[in-house]
Amino acid sequence: MIFTKYLREIKLGIKNLMQHKLRSSLTMLGMVFGIGSVIAMLAVGEGASKQALDEIRKLGSNNIIITAQKPADEQNQQNTRIRMSIYGLLYEDVQRVSQGFLNVLKVVPVKIVRKEARLGERVMDMRILGTTPDWFELVRRPLIAGRTLSRYDLENFCNVVVLTEHGARRLLATRSTVGQTIKLGSDYFEVIGVVRSENSQGGGLQSPDQQIDAYVPLNVAKATFGDVFTMSSAGSRTRELVELHQIIAEVDDTANVESTAAGIESMLKIFHKKKDYTISVPLALLRQAESTKRTFNIVLGSIAGISLLVGGIGIMNIMLASVTERTREIGIRRAIGAKRRQIIIQFLIETVVLSTTGGLIGIAIGIFIPWLITTMAKMPTVVTPSSVILSLGISSGIGIIFGLYPAIRAASLDPIIALRHE
Amino acid sequence: MTSAQKHISTDTRKPEAVLEDIWKTYTMGAEKVHALAGVSLVFERGSFWAILGTSGSGKSTLLNLLGCLDRPTSGRYLLRGNDISFMDDDALSEIRLRNIGFIFQSFNLIQQSTVEENIELPLYYQGIDAAESRNRARKLATMVGLEERLNHRPMELSGGQQQRVAIARSLANDPGLLLADEPTGNLDSQTSAEIMRLLCKLNDQGKTIIMVTHEPDIAAFAHKRLYMKDGAIERLEG
Repeated sequence: MIFTKYLREIKLGIKNLMQHKLRSSLTMLGMVFGIGSVIAMLAVGEGASKQALDEIRKLGSNNIIITAQKPADEQNQQNTRIRMSIYGLLYEDVQRVSQGFLNVLKVVPVKIVRKEARLGERVMDMRILGTTPDWFELVRRPLIAGRTLSRYDLENFCNVVVLTEHGARRLLATRSTVGQTIKLGSDYFEVIGVVRSENSQGGGLQSPDQQIDAYVPLNVAKATFGDVFTMSSAGSRTRELVELHQIIAEVDDTANVESTAAGIESMLKIFHKKKDYTISVPLALLRQAESTKRTFNIVLGSIAGISLLVGGIGIMNIMLASVTERTREIGIRRAIGAKRRQIIIQFLIETVVLSTTGGLIGIAIGIFIPWLITTMAKMPTVVTPSSVILSLGISSGIGIIFGLYPAIRAASLDPIIALRHE
Repeated sequence: MTSAQKHISTDTRKPEAVLEDIWKTYTMGAEKVHALAGVSLVFERGSFWAILGTSGSGKSTLLNLLGCLDRPTSGRYLLRGNDISFMDDDALSEIRLRNIGFIFQSFNLIQQSTVEENIELPLYYQGIDAAESRNRARKLATMVGLEERLNHRPMELSGGQQQRVAIARSLANDPGLLLADEPTGNLDSQTSAEIMRLLCKLNDQGKTIIMVTHEPDIAAFAHKRLYMKDGAIERLEG
């Protein structure tokens, strides 16, 4: 081991550095701050991007999400008079997507209705999603109680509902969940299951599910609530005819997601005269987030590089001063029989001890600061082991690179001249 | 077998050091200065030499050459029969480490190290383990009468004590040749006499000693006196 081979040199180096405690600690500061800030910045960046990536993954990286959107020109006329806007995805679109594309494995149609839910005196505004059993396979959430929708429910027009954990708590409170009958709008539904929901607060991305969701069979939703919705606002009423609000398609392979999305887009363009839908591809967002992360890492890396360079130059500066100051000592050592190599090693070990100690303190600070941020500001941070190992390697490397020149200068001194040095 | 033993034979019939027509020339601008101009000498084993001369006479250059700190411009230097005139820096370091002990006017101790660590220094570079080094350093300190001061720093010692530490250090590698450059130059006359008595004792034990001095009464301790002038031998006494 190098460590045991140079144990005496390391001891000597530490002793020499301890002779000038203030100078050594000031020299180390460059490394401490350099390494500390690198690790802390990386941890914060990693935490932020992990959060973003996690959110995107919740959308499903193999999914394509098509959402109904009211065309822009119709929004402007909204308040002028009572009229009907017809837009959105059609029941036929589901067939077109599922049959027109070989790569599409599953297609889930979603109809969204906002209604009041009631159980006794408890009232809650809910987003009712009329959908098919496949929803629960594309938007995977842990099942807490009961079961999810089944084919049977659809085929038999069962008035059943799956609540989210949040909804179940608000509406059912302490009563037993599964088997209860709740009122959605003016109709009664039996609660058959409870699933966990993603709380997509913060972050720009909207996951397909929300806390206030209630899932019912699509055909039941269509039969019960119809396709026409009337929305009253101050002084005006708006009526909308929307067949489906969302279609989620699952693609067989990640590699085919983007091409399939493009295909769906051009297909929809033919059947929809107005652009009344948007297509979002979580995978594309994921790619974008990853490339942002890469850019971020490059920027961080450059800042880190500069700060470490400055730290390294600081160390070199001090070591050069130290060599001048210790010229006489070098002369004595050489006269006694120390080889050039041994003088180089002596000075090199001093710089490496200095920079590595600085690096270690920096690592401690770099781990402590993200912890502080997470504890105080509740921001996610991730200290990756690779950043710690890399930092340790870099700090030792800087010791060698910036210590080499002063060490070589020390070793190349003529012993006779060095001995005469005052 | 260390590399030094490969270089230096232990043939006891050979003289300690032989100089054959040694020249040392420095170029100063366009001018050539001869620090040594054709010096030939034989230093027998166990001899005690004093080199005298004014400053610039070449006595320090001669001592540096003998101490393998410098190489001659021309000529041959045989140390115990081995030609070391054109050895490389590493080989010369090895010879200094194994075969030569230095004593300087200004002691040249490492200030931040203790007495013990200073004495151990040559053993450290020889790679001798810490316990063995400590053992030898203590014996040497006892020999020079400083066994009580092992953990002191040079600054805490008197001049005479510091020079005794330096002598102990020069003996750590058990060299055949001791080179002393004005060993009493920084000491009062009483302490000087003590140091000279110590050197005489070492000479009696078989060490070859070559000492540069400009004080005649110090030179009187030596068996042979070499007077230098302008890089050449002026005369030889004893």
